[in-house]
Amino acid sequence: MIKNLRACLAITAILLVLCCAFYPAVVTAAAQAVFPSQANGSLLVQNGVTRGSSLLGQTFGDNAQWPEYFWGRPSAASPDAATSVLYSSGSNYGPLNPALKDEVEARVKALRDTGVTGPIPVDLVTKSASGLDPHLSPAAIQVQIPRVAKARGMQEAELRALIAEHTEAPTLGFMGERRANVLTLNLALDAKRPVAHVAPAPASSTALAAPNAVTP
Amino acid sequence: MSARFWILDVVFFALLVAIAIPFGRFLTRVFAGENRASQRALGWLERGIYRVAGVDPAKEHSWTAYAGLMLLFSLVTQLVTHVLLRYQHKLPFNPTKLDAVPPWLAYNTATSFTTNTNWQSYGGETTMSYLSQAVALTSHNFFSAGVGVCVAVALIRGLARAESPTIGNFWVDLVRVHLYVLLPLCLGYAVFLVSQGVIQTWQGPATWTALDGTQQWILRGPVASQEAIKMLGTNGGGYFNANSAHPFENPTPLSNFVQMLSIWAIPAALCVTLGDMMKSRGHGRAVFGAMAFLGVVGILVLGYFESKGTPLLANAGADLGTLGHPGGNMEGKELRFGIADSALFATVTTGASCGAVNAMHDSFTPLGGLVPMFNMQLGEVVFGGVGAGMYGILVYVILAVFLAGLMVGRTPEYLGKKIDSRDVRFAALYALIPAFSILIFTALGLMTEAGRSGIANAGPDGAPVPHGFSEVLYAFSSGTANNGSAFAGLTAYSPQHPIFYSLTLGLAMFVGRFPLIIAALAIAGNMAKKKRVPVGPGSFPVEGGLFVGLLVGTVVLVGALTFFPALAIGPLVEHVMMHR
Repeated sequence: MIKNLRACLAITAILLVLCCAFYPAVVTAAAQAVFPSQANGSLLVQNGVTRGSSLLGQTFGDNAQWPEYFWGRPSAASPDAATSVLYSSGSNYGPLNPALKDEVEARVKALRDTGVTGPIPVDLVTKSASGLDPHLSPAAIQVQIPRVAKARGMQEAELRALIAEHTEAPTLGFMGERRANVLTLNLALDAKRPVAHVAPAPASSTALAAPNAVTP
Repeated sequence: MSARFWILDVVFFALLVAIAIPFGRFLTRVFAGENRASQRALGWLERGIYRVAGVDPAKEHSWTAYAGLMLLFSLVTQLVTHVLLRYQHKLPFNPTKLDAVPPWLAYNTATSFTTNTNWQSYGGETTMSYLSQAVALTSHNFFSAGVGVCVAVALIRGLARAESPTIGNFWVDLVRVHLYVLLPLCLGYAVFLVSQGVIQTWQGPATWTALDGTQQWILRGPVASQEAIKMLGTNGGGYFNANSAHPFENPTPLSNFVQMLSIWAIPAALCVTLGDMMKSRGHGRAVFGAMAFLGVVGILVLGYFESKGTPLLANAGADLGTLGHPGGNMEGKELRFGIADSALFATVTTGASCGAVNAMHDSFTPLGGLVPMFNMQLGEVVFGGVGAGMYGILVYVILAVFLAGLMVGRTPEYLGKKIDSRDVRFAALYALIPAFSILIFTALGLMTEAGRSGIANAGPDGAPVPHGFSEVLYAFSSGTANNGSAFAGLTAYSPQHPIFYSLTLGLAMFVGRFPLIIAALAIAGNMAKKKRVPVGPGSFPVEGGLFVGLLVGTVVLVGALTFFPALAIGPLVEHVMMHR
């Protein structure tokens, strides 16, 4: 018994050192040496100021107040009260949940209020799994072009060209969806045609519901 | 379903086979101690570990000793994790100054990671310090996977040997799987993940002023090193609450594809190892075939229903077509993965006992959500957990051969070994224990106030709906099957109700792990002792289509008979309601 206990403790200790000290240390050293940008969060830095991460979407508290930007996917992520860090989450609404219906209807209405008449792609009105999805489908970006063009005083063709620059195809043609990165697109908009932010008069009926995370 | 869906799945299976064959052959050599090339590099370390630990690698264990040492190792490592979680506030690498993990949550989490379940009643970014993530939790990502492979290899040895009192040396198997398989693979894999954008840093949270002027704080940490073993070891416990849906855990479609492959890599390779060690490659192929068949059915059902979307979304005004966008049920899915990569991931992660998610299963369509649930209720044998899938399917092989023997009225015999009543008793226990755990704990969850209070999806005025039932059924299926994914709306831990789910899920995870391992090892010991009779024309063939059909039939029949009533109350009736 003593012999087995000794073997157990010794092997546990050695494996702990290998798997939990040596291994993460080597990976961190290699990651920081070879891929420093990715390893630290793919941060977007402009003139020494961090604007966000190219992997993480940014939401607007009330989309209707920000017509000059493309709006990303709705989010169930919210800042944690104690630590302020953003808590990633989906809505976890079941497929028949009445709250899901209310929220999607409200988002559709908010888009219609900005003049969208055609079909509204489902990804633009449903919450992502992480609440941090940085992407939209090309169709979901395109329905927003008239609004953004008007707010920025830009030609729609100009916007289309910019969107094409920020659109990625499926990897090797079959992995993942065709998608545009909303944050890098918005930052490019600001670089190309900056506008002073003037929020339109609040129209409470069109405001989207605040992110309403269901904590697991 | 799009053309992309079909290409993705065909390429996925082709690559899985291409990886499994050489990898399985390598595993055979590792557990026979014949991996000469890697021993030249690391043999000194292996021998050094035995010397320090006082282990004689040539001395093998009986099945009872093997099981005892496995339990001792699991107990000791669970205690280490429990203590680390309780004292994380006094330990370094805690940049967001998190408090100690509360007692019941620490018990639940330590059990969860020790049993390879990685059920998480917490959100990583607001509960776990960097040290807890990298040591308390990542250690079990390795250990529990290693233990699983040990048990699978011991069972295969028991079947392959004749007149042997022993089934291998637990310490040797454990050290070898870490040294030659898990660690080297993870080193390369983790760096690849970083290249895709998975973070690996000890710096604290990053912060910036967002476009709308608000200040955002994003937690960082050593994610890639944990992510690699999380997938390869079919653990599935995410660094962040959103798991592999979080862009810092799974940033690109390529990282997603490799993560899916890595979940099934070892379980699929073990099929090849099985064929090698039992000197019947056809048998290994047949077992692989049965698992793949069940996997393909799951992928098709899940992909079909998710790509169709739901009437609720259509009625609310969303366009579910696919012109310029993925369409379908996108609630709880990431755009970069769309429907196809999410459906494949969900089938892979629940077929294996991984439980990582890249989409929120709670928001799946009713029949889409039924697939992960049923995968778990089948006992995680659709490739299954690392090792656990192999010993699970082998128990079903014994049951299938036994049933075939009954049908033709001959003494059932499996590759020259007669199956006796002791084997069948343990195999029956193996199949029945999880069923009891899932159904009884689900009933308990629904009958108690503490259980019902965790349910997120309720009808108007909090009335019970089938989806709420599914949340509880899913939780205990996931816990018992050591999967760890969730219908995550369920609040399994809250300061108001800290005990109920912590305790019941903790018990379910324990019952779904250790009694089953002991049953599998008991069969291994019993089989190893037996004489081998020559395989003759009267022996039941354990390869080819007939056997695959019989094996699939046995697995599905046991699962369907046990769980059909429960599934009828949950997802099936919800599907009917959806189209009312």
